[in-house]
Amino acid sequence: MDATRPLTWQDATITAAVPETPRVRRLTLAVGWDRPFRAGQHVDVRLTAPDGYQAQRSYSIASSPARPGTIDLLIERLDDGEVSGFFADVAEPGDAIELRGPIGGAFVWDPGMGGPLLLVGGGSGVVPLLAMLRHRAEAAPDVPALLLYSARSADEVIVRDELIRRDAWEPGFRLMLALTRAPGGRRVDAGRIAEALAALGSPAHTFVCGGNPFVSAVSDLLVEAGVPARTIRTERFGG
Amino acid sequence: MVTRGFTGRRPPRPEAERLPPGQYLTEDFPVLQLGPTPKIDLARWRFTLREGSRPLKSWTWAEFEALPRTRWKGDIHCVTKWSKFDTAWEGVTIDDLLAAAGIAAPTPYLLAEGYDDYTTNVPVADLTGDKAMVATRYAGEPITPDHGGPARLLVPHLYFWKSAKWVKGLRFTQTDEAGFWELRGYHMVGDPWREQRFTGD
Repeated sequence: MDATRPLTWQDATITAAVPETPRVRRLTLAVGWDRPFRAGQHVDVRLTAPDGYQAQRSYSIASSPARPGTIDLLIERLDDGEVSGFFADVAEPGDAIELRGPIGGAFVWDPGMGGPLLLVGGGSGVVPLLAMLRHRAEAAPDVPALLLYSARSADEVIVRDELIRRDAWEPGFRLMLALTRAPGGRRVDAGRIAEALAALGSPAHTFVCGGNPFVSAVSDLLVEAGVPARTIRTERFGG
Repeated sequence: MVTRGFTGRRPPRPEAERLPPGQYLTEDFPVLQLGPTPKIDLARWRFTLREGSRPLKSWTWAEFEALPRTRWKGDIHCVTKWSKFDTAWEGVTIDDLLAAAGIAAPTPYLLAEGYDDYTTNVPVADLTGDKAMVATRYAGEPITPDHGGPARLLVPHLYFWKSAKWVKGLRFTQTDEAGFWELRGYHMVGDPWREQRFTGD
């Protein structure tokens, strides 16, 4: 992110709103940014009520930086979510919301960073990892990448069809799903981490995103499995 | 700009008055950090004041624990928009650290440095005058590793990225040098009441 220029709020128009899973809705927004974004970055959104009351939240960008001018957000409805509830039930194409970004310069992957690239996501923590995967497929398909994705059940796997298609068609990409509440399901444990590392080889960069207990557990397992701590980046939600 | 169809859920007034702009209250204590939680051996832990690369004073864990202690209770605010009320900390104020070292701050600026190589800049004026401490206890217990234990900086009047976790020292600098997040577009000061999240705010 360009540290020297201010990040200004802009009106961004919603151009599409599509259900992605029972709990996640994809919103496509037209943005007119003065700088490119990087895979893994997020935006801040700000909603304003008629009396001037405002609420702000941060959402990761799911789309690739190779598609300038629009971004996709994948917003999970939280129980009692003040802002996620608005995006789930109220927001429609044609609406404008205030937004600023791109934000964040630590949890980012650029094609020039190379690989192997290990991505570990829990639930909607997969969203910034999708931006990396999509960007990799377009800009650096030779970089080996593996996504280890923990979800409760198959119907909660975000962009499942796309991930399965990528797994089948992209030689350098491997998908490993861990469905925790499916029959015979399993969590991301030391065995799963070992399988991922065996399939991928030693990762040059590892990105872990999800809820706090997931990220803590996974990053500890990775360090115990010998992945150098300085090559692991984490991002957590649930705050 | 009014957002069509957004009504929002306003916090009750006493809560709203304690929330800086753009913040919401959480009862949890979210964890934010760049990478894995570092493993820190108390037998090898040191806290060091430096001017540039020159060490001014260093304490072992036992020496640090013997310094005068101060308790502080109040609200903390994270740039990711959560705020948490009535957090209780205990540690050594920066004033007491400087007094124990027998020095005055040699420059007006410094970078706090973490065992994970994290850095963040804070002007000395934002640390002295009982405004900040190196905290070693939270809610009456040793600070857990996820929350920056064994010791973290606590600068509660600034956004919490300034309160470096796993702090290993303070490095005084001649100029106000940007730290990790400040190099990536986050504000050099970070006052939540002025909503200084990013460059230019």
